[in-house]
Amino acid sequence: MRRIKGWKAVAGVVALSLAAVACGGDDGDSASEEPAATEAPATEAPAGSEAPADGTCESTTPVKLQLQWFTQAQFAGYFAAIEEGYYAAQCLDVSIVEGGVDIVPQQQLADGAVDFALSWVPKALASREAGADIVNIAQIFQRSGTLQVSFKDKNITSPADFAGKKIGNWGYGNEFEIFAALTQAGIDPATGVELVQQQFDMAALLAGDIDAAEAMTYNEYAQVLEAVNPETGALYTADDFNVVSYEDEGVGMLQDAIWASGDRLANEEGYRDTAVKFVAASIQGWAFCRDNAQACADIVVSKGSKLGASHQLWQMNEVNKLIWPAAGGAGMIDSAAWDRTAKLAQETVNLEGSTVLTAAPDAEAYTNDIVTEALALLEGLGVDTTGEGFAPIEVTLNEGGA
Amino acid sequence: MSNAPSTRNHQVMLRRVRRMVLFVVSIVLVAAVWEIYKAVGPEAGGKIFGWKLLPRANDNAMPHVWEMLSRYTRPELRGSDRRIWSVVLAGAWFSFRLALVGFALGTTLGLGLAVLMSRFKIAERGILPYLVVSQTVPLIALAPLVVSWGGKLHVFGWEWPRWLSAAVLGGFLAFFPVAVGTLRGLQSAASASVELMDSYAASWTQTLFKLRFPAAVPFIVPSLKLAASSSVIGVVVAEISTGLKGGIGRLIIEYAREATSDPAKVFTAVFGAALLGLAMSGFVTIADLYMMRNRPKEATA
Repeated sequence: MRRIKGWKAVAGVVALSLAAVACGGDDGDSASEEPAATEAPATEAPAGSEAPADGTCESTTPVKLQLQWFTQAQFAGYFAAIEEGYYAAQCLDVSIVEGGVDIVPQQQLADGAVDFALSWVPKALASREAGADIVNIAQIFQRSGTLQVSFKDKNITSPADFAGKKIGNWGYGNEFEIFAALTQAGIDPATGVELVQQQFDMAALLAGDIDAAEAMTYNEYAQVLEAVNPETGALYTADDFNVVSYEDEGVGMLQDAIWASGDRLANEEGYRDTAVKFVAASIQGWAFCRDNAQACADIVVSKGSKLGASHQLWQMNEVNKLIWPAAGGAGMIDSAAWDRTAKLAQETVNLEGSTVLTAAPDAEAYTNDIVTEALALLEGLGVDTTGEGFAPIEVTLNEGGA
Repeated sequence: MSNAPSTRNHQVMLRRVRRMVLFVVSIVLVAAVWEIYKAVGPEAGGKIFGWKLLPRANDNAMPHVWEMLSRYTRPELRGSDRRIWSVVLAGAWFSFRLALVGFALGTTLGLGLAVLMSRFKIAERGILPYLVVSQTVPLIALAPLVVSWGGKLHVFGWEWPRWLSAAVLGGFLAFFPVAVGTLRGLQSAASASVELMDSYAASWTQTLFKLRFPAAVPFIVPSLKLAASSSVIGVVVAEISTGLKGGIGRLIIEYAREATSDPAKVFTAVFGAALLGLAMSGFVTIADLYMMRNRPKEATA
């Protein structure tokens, strides 16, 4: 008789676990909730900021923005726009969706899981060529922030010095500026250098496994400046390194931009209007961060970033340098930079013999119409959208970025 | 005669104590081997017959054991009052619940499929190959897809929460051993017993619940153990892959970013993941003890 109860116990285990579904659900929700979603009711335009023409919002439009990575100062402008109520003033209820290792923002956008996405231009154009109907509506980062960092004693001060060296690169489409620089310097990427796949940290450079490491000004470069030099016992300083900036070498490719769905821009009523408001409020957020770097770094930390305080402020400051000053107005897509990016994306051959793009992107791949309207909207609010007087701050990094 | 049970209890007690001691000793041994290698191993790694096999022994690659342990008591970020141990525990607890959800989903699906396959031979022929194929799909390829599908799901105002994607991926890994193990178990009932049930004119469901399921228990239990560890792996990988906030997988990748300057930190999260796996297998072991309590001891092996 008792033996028969065995299978009932199996059912019991399942039932027990299912009970955990219920409580796991409740708590999981609150823990995984995007910080952005918990906002004051969007209908309350904060005091001091101008509400749109009609004064108050009749209804708010929910908007989802897909980031490329976790919450960090690279995306501070969007968090600031939430915190400062800029989105709410435009009757938008913006929630920010963090990225992950295998999350491709432009794919999430093309699949309709989010309303807008951030992406580097070459990668997004590759997705567009593969059939994703996405359009660049605002070029937030006007400059490329990619560097090749090496110790002083390696004497690597320009891409020509890469010859015969071990050059670290991230792959996954992040390596094309390196290949473009090599091609420009007349070095064959296949035989002239030893290209090494690099982790997303700088341990390989510090350990001497590679001669020069790929780094973003706002992240990995700070990591080496936060590490202790075992010879001196103090932190490494900028004097210990040579830095090659791909932007300065003329092979910079456009990076963080806001992408929208081309199909919805053309066919969905109200989406284009939402896009204008979203871009305007986002730029307003970035303008706030330009003038209040410390406050913005604090906002990002309060949104759950695990990066240390000094690293966060460094990142904020470096990102500001990539955005400001913006001669044509923040978010404007400079056709020269666009063409250069598209040209490099077509001409630069990587080790596998492939290019990012096989043909020139079509004219519909970007539009300045939306950002132009957004800038006009901001003009009316008295926001400085060119940042001509922008001056970066000085940031002192602490050990481990603390 | 009368003191036989107390002697047996005594022996059981002794065995448990010995097991605990051995567990602690094994951990101390691993730590000792780690430190010994650190002391004698090559700082910059080494080659054996031209193959780079010896790991680096420097502080960056292999922090001291006490360095890692003391990291638990220090704050996660300077200026924050949350200590690492509480952050790691909270992350492990979050992932544990997701793994439990995945385990429940996977077990339910696995049992259901097994019953279906044992009932209809054609279902077994049709489904089983796909089950095998399903496990060859890499999880990291599937994770963004599930997140993307979930992001579009809105059913009567209910929005698919992101954590559910991770739980589903845990379930995706967990259902397979349950389905295969249970199927084998359901088919294991002795044909004489099945014929006896037939001679009683027992219905298919009666045979299922009175004969086949009880006979399957020794097969289901180990498959549940496999499913438990699979669901943990699924959840942690899905967290890393999709960047789900709150769990141990996300902590590992966030701490790994600081590996250059704070190498001990990432190990704290890795140990948290190990703890999570232990907790999950402990959960199943308790269930196992209950299910197998009336079986002869040989069957528990």
